[in-house]
Amino acid sequence: MRTVDTQDIEELIYNMALSAGVSLTDGCKSALYAARDSEDEGAAKFALDTLCRNFEYAEAQKMPVCQDTGMAIVMLEIGQQVTLKGKLLKDAVNSAVRRAYADGYFRKSVCDPLTRQNTGDNTPAVIHTDIVEGDKIHITYMPKGFGSENMSKVYMLKPAQGTEGIIRAIVETVEVAGSRPCPPVIVGVGIGGSFDTCTLLAKRALTREPGIHSARTDIAEIEEAALMCINRLGIGCQGFHGRTTALAVNCEWAPTHIAGLPVAINIQCHCMRVKKEVL
Amino acid sequence: MKRLQLPLTSKDIKELNAGDSVLLSGTILTARDCAHKRIKELMDEGKALPFELKNAIIYYAGPCPAKPGFASGSCGPTTSSRMDVFAPALLDAGLAGMIGKGEMSDEVRKAIARNCRVYFAAIGGAGALYAQCIRKSKCIAFADLLSEGVYELEVENFPAVVAFDCYGKSIYDNE
Repeated sequence: MRTVDTQDIEELIYNMALSAGVSLTDGCKSALYAARDSEDEGAAKFALDTLCRNFEYAEAQKMPVCQDTGMAIVMLEIGQQVTLKGKLLKDAVNSAVRRAYADGYFRKSVCDPLTRQNTGDNTPAVIHTDIVEGDKIHITYMPKGFGSENMSKVYMLKPAQGTEGIIRAIVETVEVAGSRPCPPVIVGVGIGGSFDTCTLLAKRALTREPGIHSARTDIAEIEEAALMCINRLGIGCQGFHGRTTALAVNCEWAPTHIAGLPVAINIQCHCMRVKKEVL
Repeated sequence: MKRLQLPLTSKDIKELNAGDSVLLSGTILTARDCAHKRIKELMDEGKALPFELKNAIIYYAGPCPAKPGFASGSCGPTTSSRMDVFAPALLDAGLAGMIGKGEMSDEVRKAIARNCRVYFAAIGGAGALYAQCIRKSKCIAFADLLSEGVYELEVENFPAVVAFDCYGKSIYDNE
């Protein structure tokens, strides 16, 4: 057995959160540069160039890339050989988020769903824990903005709709979202599981860098086909038309029920701010 | 790239066409979801607003807190369509226009055209660069709403694109 103090988890997540707010992933940056370079002159190219200058400036100044510093999504894969000591894990994660949002001058964007009263410190974080093999803790941290989250959807497809139905659902979701989620977007897709787990699969898909495809060939083919169809929609950066409406389509899958084909589509704007660490 | 000094005149607005790139300088007011709800409640009750709406430009935004030495934290636009339900009444009451991101409803487009107003799209996700354009920032209403309060921003060379012009044209239309 290995004992880990939750204070160490808190410190690590605090640093991940501070860094995530002000920087994009390398894969996202490369995809944005490529999109800018491939675009013809016009509003879309101007917008893509502005976005590239923005993330360069934000990182240099340690300033939030986007003012929507999001809800804090924390995914923890805890090895079964790990024993935790110290404060409650949930309290350690929330403390890390509270401190990072204050110290980083990040916007506090979490509120009561009905009264809309702001909690004032961006907690609670959204925490997903999974027990896995080994004696390590794998931590994935992503702040998730809601301009894009609002455009996400779940489809309970019929098994007969198959691959074609999945691709149609993905493309339709991006088309309906149009200019509103800050395209070019990254599309996270969860295929299979149940009503609840397909949405988590879709969120996990958003932690994979653009350009890296699923290891499963038939899933990778869905990713490529959907991306091609999306980029033919002509929505373009910010809805200003052009070649790039999405930077990537990432699909994760899980076995499902014989009667169903759940598909969740989680939209991420061009600000992919994901950090991964192992403790 | 057209340089525009705020407040806009009717002549300025008539010279703008959907798709034009502009640099705005002058005073704008931030307001988003919760502030709009309060503005509507005050208007419905016939009460005065805590700021002048006539000829103002509302920026759909909620900034990050400013770091020491900076006038504003990151301050890019939020999705405008959430304000679709509020915008026509404000435009009819004298609002000169809005800045946000993404499409707005046909009702908003019609209200822009009938009142000779304009809707600008800022570049969503460029919050850090927009903070650079802000010279001064002051909360002038609804401070209890934190980042959702109404901030008066003094901006210089704030980049935007004309999304809806006063002729009913939209940059989002497929040609």
